[in-house]
Amino acid sequence: MALKTEEMVLNMGPQHPSTHGVLRLELQLDGEIIKDVVPHIGYLHRCFEKHCEAMTYPQVIPYTDRMDYLASMYNEFGYAVAMERLLKIEVPERVEYIRVIMGELQRIASHLVAIGTYGADIGAFTPFLFCFRDRERILHLFEITCGARLLYNYIWIGGLSHDLHPDFIRLTKEFIKDFRPNVIELNELLSYNRIFIERTANVGVLPLETAINYGVSGPNLRASGMKWDLRKDDPYSVYHKFDYDIPVGKGDKGKVGDCWDRYYVRVLEMEESLKIIEQAIEQIPEGDIASAIPKRIKPPEGQIYTRVENPRGELGYFIISDGSLNPARVKVRAPSFVTMQVFPELCKGFMVADVVAILGSVDIVLGEIDR
Amino acid sequence: MGLLDQEFTEGNIVIAKTEDLFNWARLSSLWQVGFGLACCAIEMMATSASHYDFDRFGVIPRPSPRQSDVIIISGTVTFKMAIRIKRLYEQMPDPKYVISMGSCSNCGGPYWEHGYHVLKGVDRVIPVDVYVPGCPPRPEALLEGLLKLQEKIRNESIVKKSA
Amino acid sequence: MKTAEEIFNQLKEKFGSSIIELKLDKPVEPYLIVNPLEVDKICLFLKDENELLFDSIMNLSGVDDANGAKEKDDKGLETIKGGTLSVFYHIESTKLKHKLTLKVSTDREKPEVVTVTEVWKGADWHEREAYDMYGIIFLNHPDLRRILMPYDWEFGYPLRKDYKNPEFYQGMKVPY
Repeated sequence: MALKTEEMVLNMGPQHPSTHGVLRLELQLDGEIIKDVVPHIGYLHRCFEKHCEAMTYPQVIPYTDRMDYLASMYNEFGYAVAMERLLKIEVPERVEYIRVIMGELQRIASHLVAIGTYGADIGAFTPFLFCFRDRERILHLFEITCGARLLYNYIWIGGLSHDLHPDFIRLTKEFIKDFRPNVIELNELLSYNRIFIERTANVGVLPLETAINYGVSGPNLRASGMKWDLRKDDPYSVYHKFDYDIPVGKGDKGKVGDCWDRYYVRVLEMEESLKIIEQAIEQIPEGDIASAIPKRIKPPEGQIYTRVENPRGELGYFIISDGSLNPARVKVRAPSFVTMQVFPELCKGFMVADVVAILGSVDIVLGEIDR
Repeated sequence: MGLLDQEFTEGNIVIAKTEDLFNWARLSSLWQVGFGLACCAIEMMATSASHYDFDRFGVIPRPSPRQSDVIIISGTVTFKMAIRIKRLYEQMPDPKYVISMGSCSNCGGPYWEHGYHVLKGVDRVIPVDVYVPGCPPRPEALLEGLLKLQEKIRNESIVKKSA
Repeated sequence: MKTAEEIFNQLKEKFGSSIIELKLDKPVEPYLIVNPLEVDKICLFLKDENELLFDSIMNLSGVDDANGAKEKDDKGLETIKGGTLSVFYHIESTKLKHKLTLKVSTDREKPEVVTVTEVWKGADWHEREAYDMYGIIFLNHPDLRRILMPYDWEFGYPLRKDYKNPEFYQGMKVPY
């Protein structure tokens, strides 16, 4: 006699300890195997684009901070690069170097949160505390420069709001010296741990053709085997003056493009960021940081689309100006929005516990998806 | 606890009012629902990490609202989410407390003027005990908010219901 | 690597009347204006042709041009009648390293554009967001419904320039 079975709908609701923020996933299950996943977003929609049309151009910067709250420096950086290309102003070299140093420190801080919470989702609680200990040192560096720990309002159109603190360079060199052995410790704790490898290798494989068709970028695309980094392929600021490598997923522990590859590419990227910061500190010139900031910003009528390399992928700003003091349209192309589209493809055929592993490896931030 | 250790003379008999004993038990082990919405949630996670520890006050995160005492609303509350917050609040068993962290949940925050989807303050759907200002508040500010909540619990009475 | 003029000339000889013009005068990026009901055939050609190979869509966004007549409706509030809504497409080629911008314009009263989800699957959610915020209907879209606002939001399309807030939504007061 055959057993009668039917599909079940399970709700991973907006309040859940492992969805990184307020995300609702509707899982259609056949026993324990997943047939389909339907993500529902919009629980953090804060009307960023409507606010931009009511504020002046410099007043938009605190709002861009709050979109991707784990990498706020990069959001401001992207907006400043877009506006400077539209207004055609040249920024002093010291400003460019400081922006690169802050951006790379922010990249390390963001990857530390991604790795720490991924370990906590899988079940390992200790790496979470280790990563947050190192992150507190980076937040201390940001705090002595501009006064805030998380949302800075530091990178302005045409310059910066404060110059570097006199102790900043010394403290950064000490941080780099203390952080390099910590990465090795983290690898021994988490990356080469047998239980971690069993849970993440061969799970959630993203083929390269699918990734390019959907528009995926950043560490997720690099883990699928393609060497594509906007700092080298579509350069902005002074990144062409530094010598660094781009880590790519090679399928060490399973297929190319699985969860372990996506996680390991982030660990290797932290090393490369340390190299960039060291070179930038050696080469930084003197100068005035506020000399190119315009008094009133009234761009000519026109539009521009610029993109920068966020820790999560390609962050794009599309700005249309109609000649007045307020923008006519600001659209933000968030990398996590595009990655959530590809998420149902990654989960089909795996089990419920793998959904948590795949969601953590893809590293989304809900503030960016919902804007 | 100034009240209780003066009662220990010899042997182990403690004489105290029932109210004080209940209040002391409740405020020393406030278990919170792990509920973070936006940027303030990252500061809440940093408060529970090792630099500014939450565990030394007895606060540990629990995954389900049916096993917790306090809910910390950290981040912007939108209309889509407000309906679910009301449901979570009704699922918590008595006695329950609410801490509103950050200016978005106090009064709408920077989105008060043109936010068509933002609820201007979480006290429009659930009653709040302590408000912690800041955008985002420093971890020390959140700890002070917790201490203020503990003070409020210490002065509660089991006979007269508070407002 | 091809420039915008070369691509415009190549498209003009194949599609003729659907490609309307190439705008080069305004800063900073040039764009091509295309017919809204034929944009999927043009995009399929752009993706498959050997010298063009546009295999990835970077961005798709709706814009309210606000170029209609401003008038007051029966409640005394300002609305806009007539005019256009537009959709901008930014596409690129990862192999040949060139980029292109396309624009389509439709009426404000009855906005309809053909979907490009068969060409690039990544355009799916972007089009849903343009529908949610502006009310632009994408023909042949597999699943067109609201994505960021609640599913039962019946007070209009928020990013239009003449959008007005309701007073109450499910018992909660909306203004400050």
